Amino acid sequence: MSPTVQTVLLYVIAPLALVAGVFLPDWAVFLGIVSLAKGLVVLGLMLLWRTGLVSFGQGLFYGAGAYTVGILPLYVPISDALLLVLVSAIGAGILAFFLGFLLRRYREIFFAMLCMAFSMIFYGVLVKSESLGSTDGFNVVQTSYLGYVPADPQELQRILYVMTALIAWLSCLFVDRYLTSTMGSLTRAIRDNELRVEYLGFSARVAVHFKFVVAAVLAGAGGALAAIAIGHVDPEMVWWIQSGEFVFVTVLSGVGNVLAPLIGSIVFEILRTFAVEYAPQAWQFVVGGCLLAVIMFLPGGLWSLIERSREGEHGADPTR
Amino acid sequence: MAPILRAEKLNKTFGAVVAADDINVIINEGEVIGVIGANGAGKTTFVNMVTGYLTPTSGRLFFYDRDITGFDPKHATDLGICRSFQIPQLFATATTFENLMIAMGVAEGGAMPFWRPLATADRMGRCEDVLRRYQILEYRDQYAQTLPQGVRKLLDIAMASVHAPKLLMLDEPTSGVTAAEKFAIMDIVIAALKEQNVTTLFVEHDMEIVSRYATRVLAFYDGRIITDAPPEEALRDEHVRQYVIGDVLHTAAAAGE
Repeated sequence: MSPTVQTVLLYVIAPLALVAGVFLPDWAVFLGIVSLAKGLVVLGLMLLWRTGLVSFGQGLFYGAGAYTVGILPLYVPISDALLLVLVSAIGAGILAFFLGFLLRRYREIFFAMLCMAFSMIFYGVLVKSESLGSTDGFNVVQTSYLGYVPADPQELQRILYVMTALIAWLSCLFVDRYLTSTMGSLTRAIRDNELRVEYLGFSARVAVHFKFVVAAVLAGAGGALAAIAIGHVDPEMVWWIQSGEFVFVTVLSGVGNVLAPLIGSIVFEILRTFAVEYAPQAWQFVVGGCLLAVIMFLPGGLWSLIERSREGEHGADPTR
Repeated sequence: MAPILRAEKLNKTFGAVVAADDINVIINEGEVIGVIGANGAGKTTFVNMVTGYLTPTSGRLFFYDRDITGFDPKHATDLGICRSFQIPQLFATATTFENLMIAMGVAEGGAMPFWRPLATADRMGRCEDVLRRYQILEYRDQYAQTLPQGVRKLLDIAMASVHAPKLLMLDEPTSGVTAAEKFAIMDIVIAALKEQNVTTLFVEHDMEIVSRYATRVLAFYDGRIITDAPPEEALRDEHVRQYVIGDVLHTAAAAGE
């Protein structure tokens, strides 16, 4: 895909499409918020994926962001949604910063499993914490938006949607910029040849650590937004199945563009909603079947459909 | 000529195998050193220890009088000790141009590397200049995994050279390429490195290459340096002929027949 088309997609079509979401029915707006919030987690996974790393523990940071939104207002007089998302994202980033000193030493299955191990430790702590509602979780307090507290729930949801869409779009812009930077160019380089990266004079571990922290910040923000939208947090947000779902959506989306995770996440949530609605006893078969079809026919994920339509037969580079 | 690298009593063992045995050598600025030896003689082990891939079991390494023993590859590279590899280490899914751009971007560094764009017009121009100097500009947009071996070798060396190295170590720069290409590759490399005034050490099996391009030869055998002399003298040395080139053995065998 040419840089011009990518620029138009990112700076014109994406914001227009996100704005258009405001005019959707209420149920779709809620779906949009949750999709974009989870899309942020997938955006972070995309960064790791391009580096050749898969995290089966991104639920840790998603859940950490969500629980921050739940816990913080109980102890600190903060109820502003934007501030809560910011603090949650930073908190998740700090957590990843410390964990990263260990995780950056590992690759492939060891990295994936260690990430999962940390998320399951957090899950265990939450399940055993009666003060945090144990397996039931607890409700999140009402948030304000720059001091404004909408009385109408529909209005509240639309304001939250706008905020989520804005954060998702700005995150895409940041990641896009990052990927074109010197350090961003090492994403593919580390996956291809870590030894060469070291002999160019850059520590591959430091680069992996940075990507891990960025992915965690995005997951923390996503978790915070989801918690505000749902109004409830529980340990299932941290569970390995939630982390697996993020990996599932990454495969479904493809990693060819920063917009792919958002598109993939929206498609996944729509697919799951309708599958549960029309096949409540077999929705996992439907979702699993769709993933199978994507892997077999679209190894570059859903994004490769867009690339193919622009580039004809050659389509996406599945190695990206 | 000031010493650039000094190895003192350098040893490296892998269990019972002695890969480097009491290596003492001083390399001076501006030299072009050819390192010769049979397979397993310790040539690459020496290069690996200097460039931080291996940590010596004992002994010290000094770079401009700074102790660099045990430095990792990144720190060795930061100091200006760069290398190329016997099997070129490239980014397979990137093009020739992208490979070199990444190398240049990292080498030039700067603040906020996660934000500053890699592909500036200035850097792209200089990148093309380097590709031109190494005569691989025509492969600019070809993926590294599809490049011919000679081009891969040149790209590998070009990537190492953009870090403005003070000492460049080339591990078998002409291995795996045709005899006809060997001299062409070395001509390009040596000319490019002379322009940069880089002290160069290359590991080589082809004695014609060594005698034509090296100003000094280090001959390795069984983990030790058995000869350290100018090429014409080193290649006439009896030990070198016996243990490295194999002349003496062949002559004796022929006489026996």
